[in-house]
Amino acid sequence: MEKFITLTSTIVPLPIENVDTDQIIPARFLKATSKEGFGDNLFADWRYDSNGDEKKDFVLNEPKYKGAEILVAGKNFGSGSSREHAAWAIAGYGFRVVVSSFFADIFKNNAMNNFVLPVVVSEQFLADIFDAVKQDTKMTLTIDLEAQTITNNATGKSESFAINTYKKECFLKGLDDIDYLLSKKELIEEYEHKNCQ
Amino acid sequence: MKTLFDKIWDAHVVSSVDDGPTQLYIDRMYCHEVTSPQAFDGLRKRGLKVFRPQQITCMPDHNIPTVNQEKPIEDPVSKNQVDTLDKNAKEFGVNYYPMGHEKNGVIHVVGPENGLSLPGMTMVCGDSHTSTHGAMGAVAFGIGTSEVEMVLATQCVFQSKPKTMRILVNGKLKEGVTPKDVALYIISKMTTGGATGYFVEYAGDVIKNMSMEGRLTVCNLSIEMGARGGMIAPDETTFEYVKGREFAPKGEEWEKALAYWKTLKTDEGAVFDKEISFDAADIEPMVTYGTNPGMGMGITESIPTLDQIDAAGRVSFEKSLDYMGFKPGEKLLGKSIDYVFLGSCTNGRIEDFRAFTNYVEGRKKADNVIAWLVPGSWAVEKQIKAEGLDKILHDAGFELRQPGCSACLAMNDDKVPAGKYAVSTSNRNFEGRQGPGARTILAGPLVAAAAAVTGRITDPRG
Repeated sequence: MEKFITLTSTIVPLPIENVDTDQIIPARFLKATSKEGFGDNLFADWRYDSNGDEKKDFVLNEPKYKGAEILVAGKNFGSGSSREHAAWAIAGYGFRVVVSSFFADIFKNNAMNNFVLPVVVSEQFLADIFDAVKQDTKMTLTIDLEAQTITNNATGKSESFAINTYKKECFLKGLDDIDYLLSKKELIEEYEHKNCQ
Repeated sequence: MKTLFDKIWDAHVVSSVDDGPTQLYIDRMYCHEVTSPQAFDGLRKRGLKVFRPQQITCMPDHNIPTVNQEKPIEDPVSKNQVDTLDKNAKEFGVNYYPMGHEKNGVIHVVGPENGLSLPGMTMVCGDSHTSTHGAMGAVAFGIGTSEVEMVLATQCVFQSKPKTMRILVNGKLKEGVTPKDVALYIISKMTTGGATGYFVEYAGDVIKNMSMEGRLTVCNLSIEMGARGGMIAPDETTFEYVKGREFAPKGEEWEKALAYWKTLKTDEGAVFDKEISFDAADIEPMVTYGTNPGMGMGITESIPTLDQIDAAGRVSFEKSLDYMGFKPGEKLLGKSIDYVFLGSCTNGRIEDFRAFTNYVEGRKKADNVIAWLVPGSWAVEKQIKAEGLDKILHDAGFELRQPGCSACLAMNDDKVPAGKYAVSTSNRNFEGRQGPGARTILAGPLVAAAAAVTGRITDPRG
């Protein structure tokens, strides 16, 4: 996996609250048996009309936001279903960071397991980003994972964000949980043995 | 002094990473066809076997049609996903109940009814409604596909320990108020993200007096307020339900298990991170008016007006009502509806069919309504027939379909057309959940029954 250290990018603003995983990737697109291709259907029902044509007023279809690697969304992003397809769709589209003031638990885990960094900011910091992007659609954010800071380059303001040491290491080194768990097989067998008595 | 959650969680900790997650041992994992193929594929790529195949139970439920299950699935993409589970289950040697098998059905209905979900267990599934199994007095939660792969490979997941919350519902429920209404009421007060980060224990008179089926419904909906899971301390109701089920312990094993299960309750004086209390007398039959399960109200109430919504939430609120075709401040009572869905892991159990049937007995389905009655499993279907409910339903103009997730998320052909209203006993009213453009009003089985016979949103209390 690609290591994540710092990222400076323009953003896609989605100032909607409670964006659920059925919006991120509707159920009818969950029938694939691989992880590829979900990016094309990210936010499918907001992005395309019933003929499959792009809806011009949806933010992902606006040319000025193309190429952004950071999605900034209203609070409680990723609620609902546990479908990891939501994380695959976000990663597949090319986002590496999602910023919100609040994330649903399962989505947060799924995102991290796919090396998409969920960054939790304060309500005010989030509101400032939405204000700044209204003024300048090319405004950027900088995420520095080592320092655990996010900077709004339009205002110059920074905020620190939380991530546990373990997950931070995984991102910085591009390692996943399964490798770690497999290295703990003895502990697992010991646990099973003890609990059979 | 420990909470019930802490007792079960702590008993399953294999190791902890400093300032990191806990390695938690999982007693049972359920897999369905949608969230498992990439996990089995991951094992193959790493050259691994399933570590504890006897602790994994698989069945297709999301894609399967609810008619003609004897024939091959028509949709080639759905068929491929179901066939992939078949291939994976056989290749990796896990327990497997294919489409049409007497133990097939919605995974969260099948687990408890076969005694696979037991008190004190840790259980996971690549499905957020895994919280259902917490009703047995267990720690059960939904996970993503990467985590499914972890459990297949090591029987463990990495999880951060959630905070604990106790929700008490005391008093006596009014007539016509079902467990689904209790859950929708709690979620409407908590909001759709109000319990995020918490594991909830439900307690109080109402929960204590609730049947196992009702408890499964309440725990099922925990995720709809963002909770990691929901659980209820096992008691005589639980033990009575579990006893004699196929995979429940028997004989000496039963006595040993029972003695342990009886210790599974929150100690007096144990502290929760949050405690919330509700009065049963405040709960009415519920309906939702918006596009998340937290947007619910008593059936006689009115949708909030704009000034009752905080400024930051107003855009989302208006977007939601616009999608539903409703106006702020209006009532839903009397509004015409098009579809009724009885079923899903939320309300697809025998008690739900009893309640629905009891209401429609001697009445007739409204001509403008298409009703899908989908038992949660073949075992539920068998029970419906054994009790003669199918005949009463038939006389009232309703027919049973075959078990599966069906219109809850419309991955099969049971899709509500764009713009149409469905009164649904399922768990989510998200935009497009029951089909692109479909408008979902969540409710309990009685409100669904009243809507089915009147063709309108109707108070089932008469």
